[in-house]
Amino acid sequence: MTDIFELLKGNGSEKQPVIVQGITGKFGTRHTKLMIEYGTNIVAGVTPGKGGQKFENSVPIYETVKEAVEATGAKISIMFVPAKFFLGAAKDALEAGIKLLVAIPEHVPVQDAMKTVELAKQKDAIVIGPNTPGVMIPGLIKIGIMPASPFKFGNIVVLSKSGTLLYEISNNLSTSGFGQCITIGIGGDPINGTRLVDAFDMVKDYPDLDGIVVVGEIGGDAEEVFSQKIIDENFKKPIVAYVAGRKAPKEKRMGHAGAIVMGNYGSAESKIAMFSKANIPVAKKPIEVPILLAGKMEKK
Amino acid sequence: MRLLEYQAKELFKEYDIRIPDSIASKDIESGRNDAEKIGYPFVIKAQVPVGGRGKAGGIQKCHNEDEFELKYPQVLNMTIKGEKTRAILLEKMSEYEKEIYLSLFLNRSKRCYTIISSAEGGVEIESVKNQTIREVGLGEVTKKVAEEVANEIGLKENSIPHFVDILQKLSKLTVEKEAELTEINPLVILEDGSMMALDGKIMTDDNSNFRHKELIKYQEKTELEKRAEESGFSLVELDGNIAVIGNGAGLVMSTLDMLTDSGGKAACFLDVGGTATTESVYEALTLISKMKNVKAVLVNLYGGIVKTTIVASAFLKAYDDKIIVLPVFARLMGAESEKSKEMLKDSETHLSPSIEEAINKVVMEVNK
Repeated sequence: MTDIFELLKGNGSEKQPVIVQGITGKFGTRHTKLMIEYGTNIVAGVTPGKGGQKFENSVPIYETVKEAVEATGAKISIMFVPAKFFLGAAKDALEAGIKLLVAIPEHVPVQDAMKTVELAKQKDAIVIGPNTPGVMIPGLIKIGIMPASPFKFGNIVVLSKSGTLLYEISNNLSTSGFGQCITIGIGGDPINGTRLVDAFDMVKDYPDLDGIVVVGEIGGDAEEVFSQKIIDENFKKPIVAYVAGRKAPKEKRMGHAGAIVMGNYGSAESKIAMFSKANIPVAKKPIEVPILLAGKMEKK
Repeated sequence: MRLLEYQAKELFKEYDIRIPDSIASKDIESGRNDAEKIGYPFVIKAQVPVGGRGKAGGIQKCHNEDEFELKYPQVLNMTIKGEKTRAILLEKMSEYEKEIYLSLFLNRSKRCYTIISSAEGGVEIESVKNQTIREVGLGEVTKKVAEEVANEIGLKENSIPHFVDILQKLSKLTVEKEAELTEINPLVILEDGSMMALDGKIMTDDNSNFRHKELIKYQEKTELEKRAEESGFSLVELDGNIAVIGNGAGLVMSTLDMLTDSGGKAACFLDVGGTATTESVYEALTLISKMKNVKAVLVNLYGGIVKTTIVASAFLKAYDDKIIVLPVFARLMGAESEKSKEMLKDSETHLSPSIEEAINKVVMEVNK
């Protein structure tokens, strides 16, 4: 499997080149500037119809990802296209040899996400999202729409279905002295390019890893499957979880396409019960996460 | 969208899946006409977007006109698990030998569609025993797979072709309409081995609505929900008295949980989207002002990139324009929070440094 740390860090001497699909849109423009400000090496943009132009007078824009890859050698792309163009843009990227595709768009149809997942498997590529805030190694690279201020470098991994809760909880962790070695936005959609368990596989062997924080929410059974994996693999490093939506009504979509309880499928009770079975404490409030993590660290 | 039973059955009909004679109505006058067409005895079924209506009395047998006059209004005025009856389906009573279970659903962790079937149907899926489960990729079910499922659940020889036919049609419907769940429960086996869908539940992928103009007629949205959607917000109306606004679905859910833990009751869940701006917060407050029974507003924003002063000016503008008169309790995380406190100090907006404090204050306010 493609190693995400290797992809994000590169060989150390030069920063990894990153392409932005949809660089000229309002949202894409704003976040491209913020990523550049953070130090991410944005080398090219892709906007069909605007090939040959330059973004902010410096970043060249291409018609297709293929052209951008040929010109820059980039293996990473972040995508800001509208949901209805998602599948086309994802194919464009994966077929051009992109190995890490960060898919920001919200409201992507499930079938389009499933087709993208299939193609990514064939191409041995990682897709993060759709509907993700992105991925970052604090202080090194930010490929996403997250604000910079909540994050500090350290040895904790944060995996989150929610964007703003990722910021909130990472901020709580940072101010309590728990910096992060990587944060991955799983996304709030029913189908995730990188599932919670996939993200776990990507980070579990990271040498300096001190602990993992999982920010879950109602809907699906990602948290349950994750917990089962922790039990099966007898993973011993500290893990702490949070689950949003304990008091949400059933059979209603709570903002995220994936945040819906159908019967017992997707309920907070089911998730909390499985976390407990795996000996993972679940915080009742975001502010409790660092406290529980500190407790877990002491027991170790 | 979650389709009502009669809407699901309209799709079944379109895909040639057999259903009993039935007619939907929304008032007793039309109901009386339908009763004549269907003929006694029949069942009166409450159309609600939630499961468990049978136990709640939402399905009533009806043998004659007297019973009809009594039961139709009863069921029409019923509220089941907080959901009002949307319509009434009158359905011919069917004689059958056996109830079985069949569904196709999106297995999110395996990222594929899954057939679930069982020879023991008619109860909620959690209680369905001896489930046969088959993964079918993007949802297409071949004849071979359908036959294997039929054999696995132990159907009799004369029912197998009927089951295969229905399962393949259900699969076509699922893929073409982009459903996350299509369920027939119970699917009944008649004396001659043929089958009929007595109930139907369909959940489609809202994000694919743009490709399904034909389904829009099933969309049920209140005026407020429509306005929220136009602004790019997610709104779920609830039955409490504290409006909950925030940016990001996870953060708003989290706020709702904490508010409920502290004894507060939410009037709504309103997510203005990941990025908060002066305009979006102003529009959110405008929406709240149209809601009934709201006594106070709880705002939880994680600004990050956004300066809190931008949000504070939205509050001030909403008060200036007399959009809201309600007290607002807010926690704004982000840059320039000291300055925003200063801006708001003479207004009806109370800023708290933590969400816990804002929640305590708002709960005290509505209980005073």
